[in-house]
Amino acid sequence: MKRRALADRADVLGGVMLAPALIYVTLLVGVPFLLAILLSFSNATAGSLRFEFVGLRNYGAILRDPIFLRALRNTAVVAIGSQILVIALATAAAQVFRATFRGKRFFRFVLLLPWAVPVSLAAIAWTWIFDSTFSVINWTLKVSGLLHGWLYWLGDPTLALFAIIIVQTWRIFPFATVIVLAGMSSLPSEILEAAVVDGAGFWRRLLQIELPLLTPVFAVAVLFGVVYTATDLGVVYILTGGGPANTTHVLPTLAFQRGILGADLGQGAAIAVFLLPFLVVVAVAMLRLARQTEVGGARDESP
Amino acid sequence: MSRRKARRIAKRVGLYAAAIGLVTFAGFPFYWMLITAFKQNRDLYVGASDTGHVPWIFNDPPTLEHVKLLFTQTEFPRWVLNTLLVVVVVVGITVVVAVPAGYSLARLAGQWGQRMGMGIFFTYLIPPTLLFVPFARLVSLLHLQDSLWSLILIYPTMTIPFCTWLVMGFLRSVPWDIEEQAMIDGYSRLAVILKVAPRLIVPGILTVVVFTFTLVLQEFVYALTFISSVDKMTVSLGVPIALVRGDVYHWGALMAAALFTSIPLAIVYNAFIDRFIQGFTVGAVKG
Repeated sequence: MKRRALADRADVLGGVMLAPALIYVTLLVGVPFLLAILLSFSNATAGSLRFEFVGLRNYGAILRDPIFLRALRNTAVVAIGSQILVIALATAAAQVFRATFRGKRFFRFVLLLPWAVPVSLAAIAWTWIFDSTFSVINWTLKVSGLLHGWLYWLGDPTLALFAIIIVQTWRIFPFATVIVLAGMSSLPSEILEAAVVDGAGFWRRLLQIELPLLTPVFAVAVLFGVVYTATDLGVVYILTGGGPANTTHVLPTLAFQRGILGADLGQGAAIAVFLLPFLVVVAVAMLRLARQTEVGGARDESP
Repeated sequence: MSRRKARRIAKRVGLYAAAIGLVTFAGFPFYWMLITAFKQNRDLYVGASDTGHVPWIFNDPPTLEHVKLLFTQTEFPRWVLNTLLVVVVVVGITVVVAVPAGYSLARLAGQWGQRMGMGIFFTYLIPPTLLFVPFARLVSLLHLQDSLWSLILIYPTMTIPFCTWLVMGFLRSVPWDIEEQAMIDGYSRLAVILKVAPRLIVPGILTVVVFTFTLVLQEFVYALTFISSVDKMTVSLGVPIALVRGDVYHWGALMAAALFTSIPLAIVYNAFIDRFIQGFTVGAVKG
């Protein structure tokens, strides 16, 4: 009799089924997350297990370090620069892929490729494309008469940062396109039809009706885009390794260089902690977004 | 009338031009992998300043020598096996942990389930690049450095949050009727979970498997941090790191490896993209 009662208690069953996930996430995400912050106030090294707290010394050291300040700036430049391009490309791509045309399935398949391929393999392919001697981009620019000198893509600090932004844009825009398309398909068609009847042209419909209605969807795409680009290590690590002369580091590559390769865990952790502001902004924005849509929307509640 | 027709044609041309432009940008690196992987070396290594030699096409007949090199003289086959081993175990762990958790949040927990679900999802936003420093310490404490077990232990921290969220979102779209009917018919909650729910949840599990598979294949940061021996590497680590011998890049073999890894992933992604997107847009897109 008691057994039957237990088998019917939703809260007990729910707790038991949730517990493994909760324990895994708490032990292996929550605790390391706190440890990351703790380590940033310590002089821990990879070689020894003992460490002492040294207060703000790691932070003081990196804030006086021009390489770190440059990495911080690069991280913001890459995240913001690539997301501006992503918005432009995703808007265009969503307009194209909303229409029906021959070969659409094939086009869609190719469009999704950058999102499917592992970051590290895409980055090595781009390294080859930007090669200082064999760059096909240089060849094409030269043959079409646009380039007279030579572009050392990954050997020049400004060009290298530009190359990083191109690769991040290439990697994220297909994802943003698909999210925006999903959002478009859920727009109320009456509004758009009414606009057509009232004689609104393409640009007016796009700028005054669709884009404002799609703001939450774009927000999701951009927020994920910021997280993916600001916290990405692979593209910069493989493309430039932070070079030339430490000018293209971003926070993750610098944290890796100091914390793992240089075995200075404390400083590596302190550098990585500067990713937090990016993430907090994203998390807060997501929460506000979720609340807004909950208030406005009629979501079906399960029991 | 003819003016309207001209406008329609212009619109069509514009559409195709935009589509071709976007797809060229997206697909160009893959074309470049393809052409590099099968070019003969003397066709491949011609400096770009030689404007008389067109790099976009095969000037000499294609060759399989890079593919042969990749499969017989590098550790690539070993990396594929390593990756598959990690995939299988991590998929197992993720399904066992995340599917019940997602069910619990969607069906058994009330109001707090919503919040808890959001909380678990947020942990997915905490990036590997913030956690690799403490994990490096943890992994060395457990003596797992340079072992595939380190990846097997750590990868579920990425897959469990997202997959729990996916399963929860999936179940919200499955009507409660069938389970409710089973309970009216005298099944206990537990019996519903054990006998009725598994059938309903199969498509959700499939998504979890596919997502975990793709995530493990794509992961680079943790593998780079924990694994240093060439024979323990996974594909996404070994290809960009260990196929480069000293300063010599075997570009043909490198691009062949990138190509062979990308193709299965691209096909899987194409089939499942809508499910993943649902996971990302829960909250911002209704329906």
